Amino acid sequence: MPPVHSDAAETRQSDVIATVLARYRHDPVYLMQILREVQEELDWLSPSTLTAIAAGTRLPRARVEGVAGFYHFFHQRPLGRYRVLWSDNIIEQMAGSGDLMGRMCKKLWLKPGEVSPDQLVSVDTTSCTGMSDQGPAILVNALPVTHMTSERVDQVVALIRQKTPVSEWPADFFKVDDNIRRRDLLLGNQMAPGDALRAMTDPQSVLDAIKASGLRGRGGAGFSTGQKWDFCRNAVGSGENPQHYVVCNADEGEPGTFKDRVLLSSFADLVFEGMTVAAYVVGARKGFVYLRGEYRYLLGPLNAVLEKRRQSQLLGKSIQGRMGFDFDIEIHLGAGAYICGEETALLESLEGKRGVPRKRPPFPVTEGFLGQPTAVNNVETLAAAALIAAKGADWYKAVGTVKSAGTKLLSVSGDCQWPGIYEYPYGVTVAQVLADCGARNTQACQIAGASGLCVAPDEFGRRLAFEDIPTGGSFMVFDNSRDMFAVAHNFAHFFANESCGFCTPCRVGTSLLCNALDKIRDGHGGEYDINDIWRIIRTLRTASHCGLGQTAGNCVADSLQKFRPSFELRLNSRDFEPAFDLDQALSRMRDVTGRDDPGAHFHLDHRKSKQGIGTKLGDPA
Amino acid sequence: MNAAAPAVKPKLLVATTSLAGCFGCHMSLLDIDERLLDLIDLVAFDRSPITDIKHCSPHCDVGIIEGGVCNAENVHVLHEFRKNCKILIAIGACAINGGLPAQRNSLDIGDILAAVYALPGRGVQVPNDPEIPLLLNAVHPLHEVVKIDYFLPGCPPSGDAIWKFLTDLLAGRTPSLGHGLIHYD
Amino acid sequence: MSDTQETNCFFLDDEAIPFTPGQTIIQAALTAGKYIPHLCYHPEFKPHGSCKLCTVRIDSRTIATEDGQTIKIPGRAAASCTTPAQAGQHVESNIPELLDLRRTLIQMLLVEGNHFCPSCEKSGSCLLQGLAYALGVMNPHFPQYFSKREVDASHPDILLDLNRCILCELCIRASAEVDKKHVFSLSGRGHSKHLICNAESGKLGDTNFSATDKAANVCPVGVILHKRHGFETPYGQRRFDQNPINAHAEQYAPVKEQV
Repeated sequence: MPPVHSDAAETRQSDVIATVLARYRHDPVYLMQILREVQEELDWLSPSTLTAIAAGTRLPRARVEGVAGFYHFFHQRPLGRYRVLWSDNIIEQMAGSGDLMGRMCKKLWLKPGEVSPDQLVSVDTTSCTGMSDQGPAILVNALPVTHMTSERVDQVVALIRQKTPVSEWPADFFKVDDNIRRRDLLLGNQMAPGDALRAMTDPQSVLDAIKASGLRGRGGAGFSTGQKWDFCRNAVGSGENPQHYVVCNADEGEPGTFKDRVLLSSFADLVFEGMTVAAYVVGARKGFVYLRGEYRYLLGPLNAVLEKRRQSQLLGKSIQGRMGFDFDIEIHLGAGAYICGEETALLESLEGKRGVPRKRPPFPVTEGFLGQPTAVNNVETLAAAALIAAKGADWYKAVGTVKSAGTKLLSVSGDCQWPGIYEYPYGVTVAQVLADCGARNTQACQIAGASGLCVAPDEFGRRLAFEDIPTGGSFMVFDNSRDMFAVAHNFAHFFANESCGFCTPCRVGTSLLCNALDKIRDGHGGEYDINDIWRIIRTLRTASHCGLGQTAGNCVADSLQKFRPSFELRLNSRDFEPAFDLDQALSRMRDVTGRDDPGAHFHLDHRKSKQGIGTKLGDPA
Repeated sequence: MNAAAPAVKPKLLVATTSLAGCFGCHMSLLDIDERLLDLIDLVAFDRSPITDIKHCSPHCDVGIIEGGVCNAENVHVLHEFRKNCKILIAIGACAINGGLPAQRNSLDIGDILAAVYALPGRGVQVPNDPEIPLLLNAVHPLHEVVKIDYFLPGCPPSGDAIWKFLTDLLAGRTPSLGHGLIHYD
Repeated sequence: MSDTQETNCFFLDDEAIPFTPGQTIIQAALTAGKYIPHLCYHPEFKPHGSCKLCTVRIDSRTIATEDGQTIKIPGRAAASCTTPAQAGQHVESNIPELLDLRRTLIQMLLVEGNHFCPSCEKSGSCLLQGLAYALGVMNPHFPQYFSKREVDASHPDILLDLNRCILCELCIRASAEVDKKHVFSLSGRGHSKHLICNAESGKLGDTNFSATDKAANVCPVGVILHKRHGFETPYGQRRFDQNPINAHAEQYAPVKEQV
């Protein structure tokens, strides 16, 4: 909607802001939710809206603006009534998202990132939206539309042109499948809501069981869950109102992972039950689910599950009649920031701030949400904890390996016949997963996402377990037709887009890395640039503040080592190439002067960039 | 293999030029004063504003370049230097980060020329004679166009800094300035 | 300094450095007169560790292999401004790897912003420049971004030249913690992160900022400048003309007991 300066619009603006502020009791901790809900009503966050929200929450205006400016999904300029975001994951790019987005833009007479002159629509890209098993996918006003094809692009364009409200679009556009391909302990469980809670005798025994089970964090880092809960339980809260908190990290942002989407779609009770078990152990009365903004569509269904649990006495006061066991859960939505998957950045965000990772120590178990002891656990970890509370440590530990008890959900996507969720006992080989998902002629697997490990065929015998390859669950498959340079290039851009910008090495390094890879992609790279790339990667690894920066160079380092020809074939010379395109640098003056004589060009023997190398040439016969 | 190296080092052939610079660095070179006489014992000048030789000899040892790259001609001269000099030195702020001329980079060159060449009542007439080298969209430091071997910062570097740098280099040492001589202004 | 407290020691480049519990590595080192490069650390503020210039290695080990060679296993890298000092710790700072890392970080900052020293009022007393000199940074190395940044002259007494901002957040911290005004904050993220002012117009002139604020006098580079003052000290007599940045490390030591 164009910014209208009528009294009616102003009244509506202040009404909306007042209502939302009242709903959150003007509490600055809820700034993220306030901004989101106001934006959902007003389409964008105008300067005067931010001023009003600052006044209403008694926060400095610059802090409110700083938060609004941090998250991808908050916008401080009107982006139209329809805001289309294409998931920019490499897997979806391989499935043709680039061409489809081009088609959409062309039909809407738009360039990516621009708003149509009538303020109707904008089209842009965003980081992986967790739909790579059914992509290419888009978000339209925060709702996912999956399985994009050229027909579907045309349909969406028509609906936008006709100004059909998104709520009236065909329901099958928004269908998100679970695609569960292999079930084990977790996905095959037959538990009813409350089973785990009924099995609990006292907090210490539950903690002992969790410890004995060997359960480790499923986000990828693999810290012992029992130990984390023990630390949190023993930590003393501070201030006038000491509290303990449980936080479920559902900010599933690693490219190519979507297992938490499935757990929250179809196993929400189990996840909430796990949170309740955690609360029982650490002594928390309040829990939060930090749900990534890309999963906004799950908010309604999840709140419905929570309400049902309250009615069944599985949440609220005196849970299941146990005196003093009070616990409730709130869902807090993120707004598009991969970094918030890092637990301390998540806590900052939960407190209504910019999602910047904290210094550690102190760790969240002693000083977490609002400085109080907080147990932050992954969605899958909490679901597994509920299973263990119900069925015992021995039952769980019987599956998996010595150091990696139980099972792991893998989000498999890319070049395979059956992308989706696979639950395996820990210790499964890469080759086994590839065989089961119907992958053929596999060139590489990217395991644990963009920050993870790129595995070449001679390593397919390696095992997915904390002993060998730890993973949060992302498993992306690339067959022989794929260009591993394009993969590294995509990931490098992902990190530059998602760096919070707090520390120098990550803020500048991720962006320099992109520039270097862009230069190579454009056919202007040389050995000099490869050396620079290594230098940037070393700096990122050594000096970055958090895991994002420390691992941001991994994908490029792996592909430089394991798939070096995909870089070399693009290098223009073995030595030095200018940092920019010389001939292109005269373009403005050619426009202005109308000159096209030989002096208006550089005739350098630039080899053309190697188009065609490794690009998909149709399916192998 | 050749016989033993000659006992007396031959004079090194040095070329210098100013691209998008102000010749201030060249002035500073002259600021080494009487040490110029010592320098002349060690080097011979090839292409340089000092000699008025128009092109580099094919086997220059050292090329010293002040100023950044702002137009097509700068690029051609820089390429000539890189091609003919074994060692290339970027001297001064402009050569190293674009310097003063690069302050235009925040503006569109088309807009700048439109403003500069607007004649009252006669519209905009940007000169388009093929003799005039075209400006680049942005001013760039030298090392973004060719490989540069050494950098001598300063605006300009002092005569002392230049002397220290050159004597190190001519003696075969990696130049090192140290406190008081290294300056960006 | 409290003398009742028992003094502990750690080792900085093999030299014993005493510290009081609660001090970070850089605080103890500077108090002992040993310089560790830094930009976002300031003696009067709680360290926050964003510039990473003060990165050190902690507890590297040397092991002997079977064939009699020794291999050095690098210790963990950490920002010395935020890492608590611990007794017996072996900290490396002045080693080629870290000097090279710091040069790279300086070069990253030099290309990220527009640092045109010859026209900058802060030249000669700028920490970024002074540190670059001490580390022997002869060029920015990476391609310049030539980022488009704002100059805000709306305030009667202060000029804000964001071309030179290195995002150390000292002004933000000073305005919030000392002045209690919250005049500055950050917006954007990653490479587009930038300083903003606490006003709907975004202009410094529309805030309650004052030239006497701590935040007006804490910028390590040439962003927050006092109008009608500039180039007052002659070339040759400015702060880092006189002494290199790493001389007299005690001047950067924490001014009050920080625990």
